[in-house]
Amino acid sequence: MARVRPGEAANPAPPTVQRIRVRFAKRGRLRFLSHRDVARSVERAVRRSGVPVSHSHGFSPHPRISWIGAAPTGTASEAEYFEIGLTREMEPDVVRTALDAVLPDGLDILDAVVATPPALADRVDASLWRIALPGVSGADLRAAVEGLMAKDSLVVDRIMPSGKRQIDVRAAVAWAEAGEDSPGGVTPEETGGAAVCAILTAVVRQTTPAVRPDDVLGALDVVAGLKPPVPAKSTRLAQGLLDDSGRLTDPLGSDRVTTRA
Amino acid sequence: MSPASVFPALEPLLPRVSKPVQYVGGELNAQAKPWESVDVHWALMYPDAYEVGLPNQGVMILYEVLNERLDALAERCYAVFPDLEKLMREHRVPAFTVDAHHPVGAFDLLGVSFSTELGYTNLLTTLDLAGIPLHAADRDETHPVVVAGGHAAFNPEPIADFIDVAVLGDGEEVVGDITDVVREWKSAGGTRRELLRRLAHTDGCYVPSCYEVEYGPEIRSVTPVDGAPERVQKRTTSDLDEWPYPKAPLVPLAETVHERASVEIFRGCTRGCRFCQAGMITRPVRERSLQGIGEMVDSAVRASGFDEVGLLSLSSADHSEIADITKGLADRYEGTNTSLSLPSTRVDAFNIDLANEISRNGRRSGLTFAPEGGSERIRKVINKMVSEEDLIRTVSEAFAQGWRQVKLYFMCGLPTEEDEDVLEIAGMAHRVIQAGRAASGRNDVRCTISIGGFVPKPHTPFQWAAQAHPDVVDARLRKLREAVNSNRKLGKNIGMRYHDGQPSLIEGLLARGDRRVGGVIERVWRDGGRLDGWSEHFSYDRWVTAAAEVLEPQGVSLEWFTTRERGEDEILPWDHLDSGLERDWLWQDWQDALAEQEQDDCRWTPCFDCGVCPSTGTDIEVGPSGTTLIPLTVVNPVGRELA
Repeated sequence: MARVRPGEAANPAPPTVQRIRVRFAKRGRLRFLSHRDVARSVERAVRRSGVPVSHSHGFSPHPRISWIGAAPTGTASEAEYFEIGLTREMEPDVVRTALDAVLPDGLDILDAVVATPPALADRVDASLWRIALPGVSGADLRAAVEGLMAKDSLVVDRIMPSGKRQIDVRAAVAWAEAGEDSPGGVTPEETGGAAVCAILTAVVRQTTPAVRPDDVLGALDVVAGLKPPVPAKSTRLAQGLLDDSGRLTDPLGSDRVTTRA
Repeated sequence: MSPASVFPALEPLLPRVSKPVQYVGGELNAQAKPWESVDVHWALMYPDAYEVGLPNQGVMILYEVLNERLDALAERCYAVFPDLEKLMREHRVPAFTVDAHHPVGAFDLLGVSFSTELGYTNLLTTLDLAGIPLHAADRDETHPVVVAGGHAAFNPEPIADFIDVAVLGDGEEVVGDITDVVREWKSAGGTRRELLRRLAHTDGCYVPSCYEVEYGPEIRSVTPVDGAPERVQKRTTSDLDEWPYPKAPLVPLAETVHERASVEIFRGCTRGCRFCQAGMITRPVRERSLQGIGEMVDSAVRASGFDEVGLLSLSSADHSEIADITKGLADRYEGTNTSLSLPSTRVDAFNIDLANEISRNGRRSGLTFAPEGGSERIRKVINKMVSEEDLIRTVSEAFAQGWRQVKLYFMCGLPTEEDEDVLEIAGMAHRVIQAGRAASGRNDVRCTISIGGFVPKPHTPFQWAAQAHPDVVDARLRKLREAVNSNRKLGKNIGMRYHDGQPSLIEGLLARGDRRVGGVIERVWRDGGRLDGWSEHFSYDRWVTAAAEVLEPQGVSLEWFTTRERGEDEILPWDHLDSGLERDWLWQDWQDALAEQEQDDCRWTPCFDCGVCPSTGTDIEVGPSGTTLIPLTVVNPVGRELA
């Protein structure tokens, strides 16, 4: 039986033999989870699921789960990603089912594939957002979006722990569209009972610091005085590499091809 | 009819507040029973912020016990932060539960668990946001019955005006009795007064409005009315193995103060530390069996996915089978990164084998001990008989085995304390560093000393003691800091943490106050007092001002309630509330304290007649059971093999 000796790691951890990439959604009231909340919930779910996650070495072993840019607190997402290291090879579908079964409703696993190079972080440089604006008419939103897109640059201030930062929203927005009836329609949850509900669809490039839906709305306020009467509801629909046509490529696409081959 | 969820009204406010996740519920193992399916609806409140309240074992236990009943449901609520409170008032959103976001005002009962008196203003916030009149006397049949429990409920007099019932002692069984009374009352119909009268005759339930108190300025008399009993006795749950709760601990989505599963390995403590209210009011010692603990740990780890299990009690290393428990669990969870922790360990019950078992499968944290007093003399006064030799020997062994850090807890402002008693803490810390360096052969060992102000509590031998004024405590701690740093070479490895003494004085007012203190609480709350357990929200000046305005016209004062020593014959506000301890025994123990006389533990020496066992009809329940923990086949934390 292994006993802890002075200066020795408490757990000589078994090595990672496989990495699985997972796409998941953050939905409903769970959109109020911060990234840390999501990470903690997933770590615990992994333990409950029995998926053989590998651990870092040393006195304070941590499960090997790595994340890419999380949707901000308060925003929903259909396209969040993490990568998990396993001590034993597994079918990605088994991992997907096992994790989904033990995660709370609202954190839902959508897809899982065996990871292949290049790294996940190199497969994402933009996000597609859908922002529902209850109480705002489609016409008002359209005017504001046109105002924003007509500019070359539009800088908003954001208060950060380190002080005020200036963020060029216009530079990060690849394209934006205003509508009242975008694909999928407007859900009752989005309108919150309001008579009108405009829908903003936009692709926002990854920048540092990241431009969030709130920053885009702040920019629309600056250019056109657009002030939603109730807080907007934002959902990230996709992440990926922005191609010339303005579409995002599926970050797990090439893994899936490799897996099947 | 089921009340409507307030969530649609709450949701638009959430993007505008800090940490909104604390208000949305959705915890793993949370329950949502259909409202219409039961007769009796309980809202259970922990009167502090969600991150503090969620891990509370008391609320978690009662939540499960009540939800297992076919005739009842329980939902939880916590104190909201001032940013959300302001928005809730602006938008007329009432106090809500996090489980189904039902309005608190729609429940039959609001049960509030007070671990500390500093939660009293949070009760008022919730009552007010729920639309429940602050004063029990103003409530009618449509309002919830407000029930206070927890350790602070052993003197509920300061909140007597705001609550309908206080429950003394263990809650597992009495919540069922209360549920029965409320269910029968609802089906038969009747006035609120009739319901309260029936509750006043339920064992363990104290209904303040059934007692009249005369003051002048000491208490002249406490008189039961409406046929209420002269004294109310605490409830004691026997055979903890019959009550294996929580079976499925709540796992929050938000970050909380304790990120672990907890299993209570025994209840009660007879070490007899004279400052310790918990040890006095939870007697006798009742151990959970080795098998029972093994099953609860297994079920908690499976149901939660936590990677740490806390083995809780008032002094965990005192369990009669602690070595077998820790070894059995460490064997069972070998290789699963599941760590154990013993949050309360006495230095004299601790050994390195125990520490090694605890850290075998997980993270090795620092070691923590609580000598409580710096000098041998003061440790005799408080009856915390751990010797410095024991401490130095234990930390030397630990440092030799690879530990690098030890934390020591002390109190300041203890009865009979002089500057020298506190200054000896510095010498102890210096010797810990010296011993640590010698044992480890390294210079970088750490010792953190953490010091709290002592608050005399009801139902302890120190209930008669004068509380030290914050100025005295603060001055002693300044001198201590100088003494720690007087040797720079040792002092640089010693960290010192203490809270200033002012909140302790207010805690003392609330702990030993009577009904006249209720007016102070209300005044402070009306002046904006919220979350008094949080240093960034607590305002000493607000309490001092309110105490002067409310108490002095009645011939008493903040000092009268706190820094004044009481005499043997004075009627104390809680004398009619029976924790089982004989008043004469408590007084004698107080005299023994002043004479620096120690008192042994009745688990290992003959009974010293504190009175609890005969008066509560209970007995010490300790092992050993003589069994061992059969290892489960644990391939991973949940024992489940995936394809």
